[in-house]
Amino acid sequence: MTKRIFALLKKDILLEFRQKHTFYGILLYIASTIFVLYLSMDKPDASVWNGLFWVIQLFICVNAVAKSFLQESRGRMLYFYSIASPIEFVIAKILYNIVLMIFMSLISLFLFFMFLENPVSDSLRFMLIVILGGASISIVFTLMSAIAAKANQNAALIAILGFPVILPMLLMLIRLSKSAFGEIFKAGAVLQLAGLIAGLDVLVLAMAIILFPYLWKD
Amino acid sequence: MVKKNWWKILSLLLLIYTVVAGFLMKVPDLPIIHQSIRNLFFHVCMWFGMMILFIISFVYSMKYLRGFNLRNDIIAQQFAAVGTFFGILGYTTGAIWANYTWITDQSQSLGSVLKEPKLIGAAIALLIYGEYFVLRGSFNDIDKKARISAVYNIFAFAMLFPSIWIIPRLVGSLHPGAPGSDTGNPALNAQKDLDATMRMVFYPAVIGWTLVGVWLANLRIRIQLIKDKSLINE
Repeated sequence: MTKRIFALLKKDILLEFRQKHTFYGILLYIASTIFVLYLSMDKPDASVWNGLFWVIQLFICVNAVAKSFLQESRGRMLYFYSIASPIEFVIAKILYNIVLMIFMSLISLFLFFMFLENPVSDSLRFMLIVILGGASISIVFTLMSAIAAKANQNAALIAILGFPVILPMLLMLIRLSKSAFGEIFKAGAVLQLAGLIAGLDVLVLAMAIILFPYLWKD
Repeated sequence: MVKKNWWKILSLLLLIYTVVAGFLMKVPDLPIIHQSIRNLFFHVCMWFGMMILFIISFVYSMKYLRGFNLRNDIIAQQFAAVGTFFGILGYTTGAIWANYTWITDQSQSLGSVLKEPKLIGAAIALLIYGEYFVLRGSFNDIDKKARISAVYNIFAFAMLFPSIWIIPRLVGSLHPGAPGSDTGNPALNAQKDLDATMRMVFYPAVIGWTLVGVWLANLRIRIQLIKDKSLINE
């Protein structure tokens, strides 16, 4: 099973390397949005910076992860259907999206630091939160993308479906990242909040694994 | 007929009791809240009803995925619809209540007061369920619609927990049950927050409103079943 998951994962990564335009497209998207922010405001204060950062993460995720199911043609899906189980397929997709999203998040964090100064007092902690956040957002959007891919007008639907669902997670992430801005939390509250986000990830992951087989067959 | 429909009569009687007793009984006169405490019999019951209706909808969505019987999908859809309707009513009654109790000085607008974690959570939950109907509308194939929306409904139910049960517990709020007030429950604690006479109306009111919700859903299901008669073979 793990062997097949890695084969599927490898296929996705290889595909990304072969069709570089989508990958660079997202990179350009990140760079240009952050550059626009840089031009429009010179030094946002910490809470604005934090809000902007997570909103940008959300839009990057819509662009990077949303296509994961839309790009597979009908014939190719049928081929995957014959060689792998749905659980392996969805785990491979989620893993790939997590890796992609964490990579994109870190790049955008770097660009934020470069262009918009650095109001973060604990950069290492913020980086860890960004990694956790990138993983969480991408898990939710993978499942939403799997649902939206089955509907008509799926490209529009992914944004509509994803936003309300991601809101609770995003609110918790914004709250958690305030701890890296020097806001004082109650003892243990930071770990509790991080644990809660991780728990929510596990919940969504379990949902994806249980529900994806029903989404898959046509 | 009475044997089959006793619960409809019961809900009617309970609601008459709720309205009559809720408006006429003597309530404790608390500062700020005063007589508006009577809204408790309507506002809180809406959320209880919504949660119960969503649970029923969730169960029928699971049932649909087990047997792919379109009947279960219709039931799940209608219960979700009535649940969302209850949620909207709960939000509205809450907003009216907040309008009279939370605004302390003249410069505050209702919009600024409603920016509360608890209300945001409830709004998110309603939006997530709103998506369910958008999703349903975007399919042409009936079986596919039923299957995908059942999957989404289960997911939406799971997301209900962080948005209305977990996040409101983490942050301070004007709403009863905020972390500082030590009640444990995110909305209200019936044992501690209510006095005995209020509980005597409150519990029947919850049952009455929930039964009305089930009744509403029941009627909608029956209409939908007649509409889709040709699709369901039993």
